[in-house]
Amino acid sequence: MKICVCIKQVPATTEVKFDPETNTLIREGVESQINPFDLYALEEAVRVKERLQEQGGEATITAVSMGPPQAEEALREAISLGADDAILLSDRAFAGADTWATSYTLAKALTKLDPDLVFCGMQAIDGDTGQVGPGIAVHMDYAQAPYVAKIESLDKHKIVVKRLLENGYEVCSLRLPAVLTVVKEINEPRTPSLRGKMNAKKAVIPVWKAADIEAPEDKIGLQGSPTQVVKVFSPPHREGGEKWTGEPGELADRLAGLLKELEIV
Amino acid sequence: MAIRVIEDRCNGCGLCIKSCPQAAITVDNKLAIIDLELCNYCGSCVSACRLRAIAIEIEKQPKEDLSRYNGVWVFGEQFGGKIAPVVLELIGIARRLADDRGSELGVIVLGDKLDKAAAELAEYPVDKVYVYEAPELARYDGERYSRVLSDVIRELKPEILLAGATTTGRSFMSRVAVQVYSGLTADCTGLAIGKDDGLLYQTRPAYGGNVMATILCPYTRPQMATVRHKVFPVSMKRNSGTKAQIVRLKPKPQLFGSSSEILDFIEQCEATVNIVEADVIVSGGRGIQDPANFALLEELARTLGGAVGASRAAVDAGWIPYCHQVGQTGKTVCPKLYIACGISGAVQHQAGMASSETIVAINKDPDAPIFQIADFGFVGDCLEIVPLLTKKIKTVRGEA
Repeated sequence: MKICVCIKQVPATTEVKFDPETNTLIREGVESQINPFDLYALEEAVRVKERLQEQGGEATITAVSMGPPQAEEALREAISLGADDAILLSDRAFAGADTWATSYTLAKALTKLDPDLVFCGMQAIDGDTGQVGPGIAVHMDYAQAPYVAKIESLDKHKIVVKRLLENGYEVCSLRLPAVLTVVKEINEPRTPSLRGKMNAKKAVIPVWKAADIEAPEDKIGLQGSPTQVVKVFSPPHREGGEKWTGEPGELADRLAGLLKELEIV
Repeated sequence: MAIRVIEDRCNGCGLCIKSCPQAAITVDNKLAIIDLELCNYCGSCVSACRLRAIAIEIEKQPKEDLSRYNGVWVFGEQFGGKIAPVVLELIGIARRLADDRGSELGVIVLGDKLDKAAAELAEYPVDKVYVYEAPELARYDGERYSRVLSDVIRELKPEILLAGATTTGRSFMSRVAVQVYSGLTADCTGLAIGKDDGLLYQTRPAYGGNVMATILCPYTRPQMATVRHKVFPVSMKRNSGTKAQIVRLKPKPQLFGSSSEILDFIEQCEATVNIVEADVIVSGGRGIQDPANFALLEELARTLGGAVGASRAAVDAGWIPYCHQVGQTGKTVCPKLYIACGISGAVQHQAGMASSETIVAINKDPDAPIFQIADFGFVGDCLEIVPLLTKKIKTVRGEA
């Protein structure tokens, strides 16, 4: 079985603060990391592979990322965590892509890799959209399950998953090939193994450009993106208010009074 | 496409350097220079420049006549014939957008046995309720639903389409946007029609709420957005006796193929679970100390008609299921009242709740970061204060 995992490199903290004086972003020593949700996606792929191996089957895991050249770091980390190899999609022509163009670009690369299963995180912590995973499935015409919390069963032709909704869980069966986006509940990611770290060090990570995935210019990057960011600004600043100390009974009384004022009770 | 510095406007002030998340800008001889190898066209510098000296230019033309698109639509998400609460919030804001555009407001409902839902929607200030009924559509199936809605969009050409940023809305609209090749903005908290251009200005938080971005979809239609829960007020019903017109769309069974099948639904019916729709959330963190103590929060939540939230620390400790988690790797909520009990308030937690209308924090540590954003802070042990508060409310109500 061939498995692909989509990885996004994101800032290590989302604590991007604005300078209110100049209305500009303050970025000090921002390091990067693998998007936390993608770590659950990768871990689940590794668990699927291990289960298949226990049953005498085989699987390979390829991590795929679209990003600047330095996103290679994230892919090396993915290999240290259990991916067999990785592909970096990096081209000036990909820059400025919104979720439409991003899902298109990833889908073109994935089509070339022809996987049975694609894992994505439910969303990235910088963009917070959750739109790329479902978008990939449509571009590739793969079955799709968003917000997967558990894989119930998997065979050559189908996968049964439990997915998280607002009011409960839905169990559904998908014909392969399929794209799954996963939630945090699905597993607890492991730390890199020594062997994984060695593999990561040695790995040669190919870089694919637009021409390598046969992606026409009008469907990628800024040019292929239907949406445009026209303004970036700082949200209204929230100030801490009054702070009370005292005996628990006193504080409870005060809080009860407050809830009445707020017309909650 | 290109980004360029308009040389006779730039004075080399360097504001753009600070704004650039890619570190792609330098100033040389009082002129900003953008490294095109690093720039990702995020637009931060365009916003930051006070002299309007940086421009992103796209040579793009609409591929079709956009004036053929008319009307504002709301996706009438339903579950078992019950309209999702967020839909009524969407109707309120969509009515305003439709009035500003001088166009009709439609709600489109997909499902089976929708008579009751359609009749209910017709009581709100919408012009048309589009009903697309088939047994195959009884439950949300991403493939079927997106094929059907894309087909209807191509035929009836709405100019704007809004859906709730629910688990269904988010993934469903992503699929439709790809199919109709138009733009989708996720999880909007602000929507307005541009006075000069008539476009939909979609504002949304990013980077865990630390940055706001306004987004347009100028060249393709419909302009699509998912909208966060609880941001816009619920629409009132019409006060006159008139009702919206109910338009039944003819189902096309050839669109109903699917490679997935729903086998089961496991309902978590407790009202204290659905945190995104709750007006009041009582949330617990490390300070709760023991899973059994969540019962104290549950009792308060039930007394207030609210839901129970939790910090990542409490979920990771296994004290409460993941569906309660608020924050960066959990859910984003904006209730009327958020009561943080024993939650220190790491930025990751704040990302999920900082836009709540009122925040109350109870924490033993007077220096906990949660107090920096709480409107009302109570320095004390939540395990003592919460039960006393619940009792007090019950006493006042005569329940205890």
